[in-house]
Amino acid sequence: MISAPDVVAFTREEELEDELCSEPPLPEEYSVPLFPFASHGANPWAKVASSKFTRDFILISEFSEQVGPQPLLTIPNDAKVSGTFDLNYFSLRIMSVDYQASFVGHPPGSAYPKLNFVEDSKVVLGDSKEGAFAYVHHLTLYDLEARGFVRPFCMAYISADEHKIMQQFQELSAEFSKASECLKTGNRKAFANELEKKLKDLDYTRTVLHNETEIQKKANDKGYYTTQAIEKANELASVEKSIIEHQDLLKQIRSYPYRKLKRSDFHPYEPECALDQANTGCDQDLTTSDLAEPGETQLYAHVPSYTPKLIKAKSAKCFDKKLKTLEELCDIYFFTQTLDQLHQIERTFRGDVCYLLTDQISRALLKQQSVTNFLFEDVSFLDEKPPEKQYRGCQGLSQDAIDRKCSEESPAPKVVISLGSYKSSVECVPIKMEQEIEDSQEPKMTESITFEHQENLDYLDADIKGSISSGESIEVLGTEKSASGLTKSESQASLPVSPSPQVGRSKVGSRRTVSEDSIEVLSTCPSESLIPEDFKASYPSAINEEPYVDDEEGGLHFTPKLNPDNADEQEDISKPENLVQVDSACCIGKESPNFLEPLPDLGQKPCNEDGVVRIPPQPYRQVEPGLRGSFGSFPSHDGISGGLLPYELDSRYLTGSREVSKSSLDECSDSTSYISSAASTCSDRTPSPAHLTCQASERHKKKAGQNALRFIRQYPFAHPAIYSLLSGRTLIVLGEEEAIVKKLVTALSIFVPNCGIYAKPVKHWVTSPLHVVDFQKWKLIGLQRVVSPAGVNVLHALSRYSRYVSILDADSKTLRCPLYKGTLVSRLADHRTQIKRGSTYYMHVQSILTQLCSKAFLFTFCHHLHLPISEREPEESVVNRRMNFLKLQLGLANEDIKIVQYLAELLKLQYIQEPGQGVNPLLRFDYVPSFLYKI
Amino acid sequence: KSSVQTIGEEQIQNPYTELLVLKGHQDIVRFLVQIDDCRFASAGDDGIVFLWNAQTGEKLFELHGHTHKITAIAAFSSSDASEEKKHLILTASADRTVIVWDCSSGRQVQKVSCFHSTVKCLTVLQRLDVWLSGGSDLCVWNRKLDLLCKTSHLTDAGISALVELPKNCIAAAVGRELIIFRLVASNDGSEGWNVLEVKRLVDHQDNILSLVSVNDLTFVTGSHVGELIVWDALDWTKQASECNFWDSSVHPDVQPEIKLSQSPNETSVQHLTSDEECVFAAVGKGIYVYNLQMKRVIACQRTAHDSSVLHIERLPNRQLISCSEDGSVRIWELREKQQLPAEPVPTGFFNMWGFGRVNKQANQAAKKMQENTPVYFLELVGDLIGHSSAVQMFLYFGELGLATCSADHLIILWKDGERESRLRSLTLFQKLAKNGDLQLK
Repeated sequence: MISAPDVVAFTREEELEDELCSEPPLPEEYSVPLFPFASHGANPWAKVASSKFTRDFILISEFSEQVGPQPLLTIPNDAKVSGTFDLNYFSLRIMSVDYQASFVGHPPGSAYPKLNFVEDSKVVLGDSKEGAFAYVHHLTLYDLEARGFVRPFCMAYISADEHKIMQQFQELSAEFSKASECLKTGNRKAFANELEKKLKDLDYTRTVLHNETEIQKKANDKGYYTTQAIEKANELASVEKSIIEHQDLLKQIRSYPYRKLKRSDFHPYEPECALDQANTGCDQDLTTSDLAEPGETQLYAHVPSYTPKLIKAKSAKCFDKKLKTLEELCDIYFFTQTLDQLHQIERTFRGDVCYLLTDQISRALLKQQSVTNFLFEDVSFLDEKPPEKQYRGCQGLSQDAIDRKCSEESPAPKVVISLGSYKSSVECVPIKMEQEIEDSQEPKMTESITFEHQENLDYLDADIKGSISSGESIEVLGTEKSASGLTKSESQASLPVSPSPQVGRSKVGSRRTVSEDSIEVLSTCPSESLIPEDFKASYPSAINEEPYVDDEEGGLHFTPKLNPDNADEQEDISKPENLVQVDSACCIGKESPNFLEPLPDLGQKPCNEDGVVRIPPQPYRQVEPGLRGSFGSFPSHDGISGGLLPYELDSRYLTGSREVSKSSLDECSDSTSYISSAASTCSDRTPSPAHLTCQASERHKKKAGQNALRFIRQYPFAHPAIYSLLSGRTLIVLGEEEAIVKKLVTALSIFVPNCGIYAKPVKHWVTSPLHVVDFQKWKLIGLQRVVSPAGVNVLHALSRYSRYVSILDADSKTLRCPLYKGTLVSRLADHRTQIKRGSTYYMHVQSILTQLCSKAFLFTFCHHLHLPISEREPEESVVNRRMNFLKLQLGLANEDIKIVQYLAELLKLQYIQEPGQGVNPLLRFDYVPSFLYKI
Repeated sequence: KSSVQTIGEEQIQNPYTELLVLKGHQDIVRFLVQIDDCRFASAGDDGIVFLWNAQTGEKLFELHGHTHKITAIAAFSSSDASEEKKHLILTASADRTVIVWDCSSGRQVQKVSCFHSTVKCLTVLQRLDVWLSGGSDLCVWNRKLDLLCKTSHLTDAGISALVELPKNCIAAAVGRELIIFRLVASNDGSEGWNVLEVKRLVDHQDNILSLVSVNDLTFVTGSHVGELIVWDALDWTKQASECNFWDSSVHPDVQPEIKLSQSPNETSVQHLTSDEECVFAAVGKGIYVYNLQMKRVIACQRTAHDSSVLHIERLPNRQLISCSEDGSVRIWELREKQQLPAEPVPTGFFNMWGFGRVNKQANQAAKKMQENTPVYFLELVGDLIGHSSAVQMFLYFGELGLATCSADHLIILWKDGERESRLRSLTLFQKLAKNGDLQLK
């Protein structure tokens, strides 16, 4: 209700200035920054010529082991969308950014192949030449037939508007994580199934081989073994080994906890039948015994119907075989769920970024009004979970953090510097995203960070230069962490910046030079990754020696004391004032000699409290030949006990994550940044819908607004009718024609306060006689007038209960209801209003109702207005004080008082309602005479 | 045309501005009984007993046990001072059983099913810690549900009403007869009692419908043909009788044609209630106030409702509440004659819809009444409209409100909106304090 769409559309500067002079300034959250290139006569909404696609879209790509990066599908699946945009090229680009090390195979320390449960990585990537900016979400799916059992995929949200990607990073990340989670769940299920089948095959093969060996033994009475027999024995042994390996894999995949899925009640498992028919892909026999419960055990339920077949013991890697499609990789049900989710993402984020931002600000502000917002807000709107909550990493974000967010800015992307160790031609360029709470208007030129650590400084200097000069460089401005199970060789610094106050406006400040053919990776790290282990894992040496690395130790300092025992301290730290400052700018990745040592202890600690199975990948890695530049690394400290590390981390995890998630990171910048082409654009001109759930209600609002406008213009007695609704007296719209009645009901429904966080108490069409229970439940009823004996009953009931209702007769255009002499409704429903559009009028109504709500809130929560100050104070003086407050302080006249009193009762009821119980459906009424209004 | 007095929509003295509908019963709700300060039980033709919280309207228990409709209900609280007070309720049903329920646990304590006929009334003699059941015979039970004694078979119709009298006596209405029984301690010394028939009074011409004890000295009976007899409670002699409720000579304002159309139904004494001075009788559609001192009717409202008045109750503040088959509950105030009745506010609504009544007649009736003998008159101060069918009974809970039960299967709790609002504010601030939201942040 807060967002007024009219605010956004200032395109000419002088107009804007005039407005600013005459009107009181907009609340800070709503002020739109001036378009930086306005002086050049550019239209901020003009499309950038360089983008080759017409609107935002989602691209799914795979790094195929056979053909390399390839695009799989786009959403929307329409050739027009991507236009001349080279999907192949872009797939190559985005897949090449995937640095995550997901080693699967035989690590030397362990006997069996290990699965690495890799966390998704989330990066922002820009290609200024193509005019494309993308949020890229990498994920890994398992495939028994693939190399290393993994298939890297990525999902990318591609837009021409860099700012949209940057500012909506958090939301994009949350939404894509859901999609990815869904996909991966299906994949784990399919993978487990595949493993089971393979195991059966192996088991069968073993039996066959065993029998053959026995036969040979019996046949062989010479006392020595034939070569044939020895071969058979070898084959048997290898099959047995293979069985153990596969069993181990199965155990690993099954041990993957379901925590995410359980938390984000994101996908509704459909009943068995749905799964059955949906399952057409790889696992025909999987779902027969599968239950619809999202339990891991049930998902991987034993399936007896598979007929095993004899297989060769040696796994033949054949490259001419056809790789599984994405649908086959993850159970078709989950695949369609994912597609649905992606479609929803596309719908949610299409349109101009300012619309999205305004919407988000409104939501954030509305969430603060938790006491009153149920009264007039859309139910679907309130039901939605705040995006923060779906975020694992944000568990630590307590209320004050959210408050801080609101007070600052939109939930802008938490720009993060995390400099990964790239094995490809990737350079690290630290950028600065400075956090300033007070002043966010002026973009600051930022400075490159000074690295105190001498060793690193040199490297970095070289890197920065390199990135600027290089013609084919990829700038990595930060990446997200990958799996938690990183070992040193692959670790990267992944340091968060807490919600930057000015990211919304400081885009200018963080411009970067973009060379001709570069891809920028403006990487951001969602708070998900903000667990201190990452820091520590990244700086193993430093951490083991000193948990709080200061500047001297490598450009990283932790101000907070990571003290798990001191809860109070933690509280303090979590307050916005005490923001933890974490500076970081460093990159590691160059293998230092001691990193090459395998860490057996790490390998034996597959789980942390997080529940993530993690198996450290093999530290040994081939340094790829194309490595450009060298990366700074910390001086290696001797005597590190690798086995100690994870325990230390564990002990700090719970407390640390909370603090660090709030920690701010600054001082990482690229001073010369400037964006040449990625001016704020609207990537398409499709109307900007807010969220999918609101789409229907958006239409409804518009329609209701229009009808309401018509109503207040047509009916001179609109005011008493609206007063009836606002004061909780049921209004009955009586008429013969259903369409007319329903239209009136729709129109009037925008004035009906909700009685709880359920659907509006509006009944569009009733044909039977009404009862007192109906007035308790419904506050606006459309009633059929029938000319028949039954109709007489209906009317008789109306006359009987006339004291509880106001009656609007749509046929004879009369209204029977109590008198209204207040002033409030006339502002709400002025029949001479200049408002033309339904949605605008809806907004107008909502804003006045919001004012009303705040009055009701004040009234409800002033203690002395309802209860005596001292025990001996008589009730009359409290009543006097109450009336004085209503009249003088709130400026209410006559019947307006009753409106506020009614709303206050609703607020009280809502507030004192115990969670388990429903709201007591009570009916309040007055003994007041009614009058008949005619046109 | 009837001359029912109506009141406008402006009812300043009517405190009930909030209502709660309690749903649960599946058939006519006939009985409400108060258990303690804030709980009551309801029972009716569906055989289910519900326990309710009178403040919140919360359904506390749903007691299933009877297979037929419930015919009588009585509350029985323990008199043991040592233990905490234990509340029981007794219910009798047409399935010829009586069940004892525990109100705190909602469980059935015991069930008696040795009756030969339906028990139509239950009375608890708190003083003697026994209870009586009246059907075709009278049985006396103790708390443990031992049958202490019983009378011989009295009548097939059964006892319709029981009232406790001084000196361990009980008056039972059996058809037209009033039988006085006395409980005497049994000779064998144990806690047993014997019941003796002491006297039969046959003064009523028709079935006795209502029986009420006024004080230790007096009790009153009312019959189907409109006789009201005041009895001495000690020697069971007739002190006074009134049988001319419908007689126009007493009330000259009544028009002759109404007198002609009198039928027994319209003169039957449905319910009686009393305070120290007066007996209030629900007779047909009207309400009559009979003064025991003056031995005459001092005020009346001949057509208080559109149809039979089923229950009336005297409130402490000189008010009277009546409920009727027409589905309405009305609040009356007994006022002295000097005070002119407020003109009822006319409403356009009834006329608008074309089936309402005109008030003029009621006004005329009221004016005529003033000239007449009664010193007092009953003024309508409010009406409660909510039920869509006959209101069977109501229970007055003081400031907690009023519970009404009806043939439309509903119970409605009528509450003082102002008070409820204040209570909610109190709860709200208590909750705020509990949540710690009052601290400034």
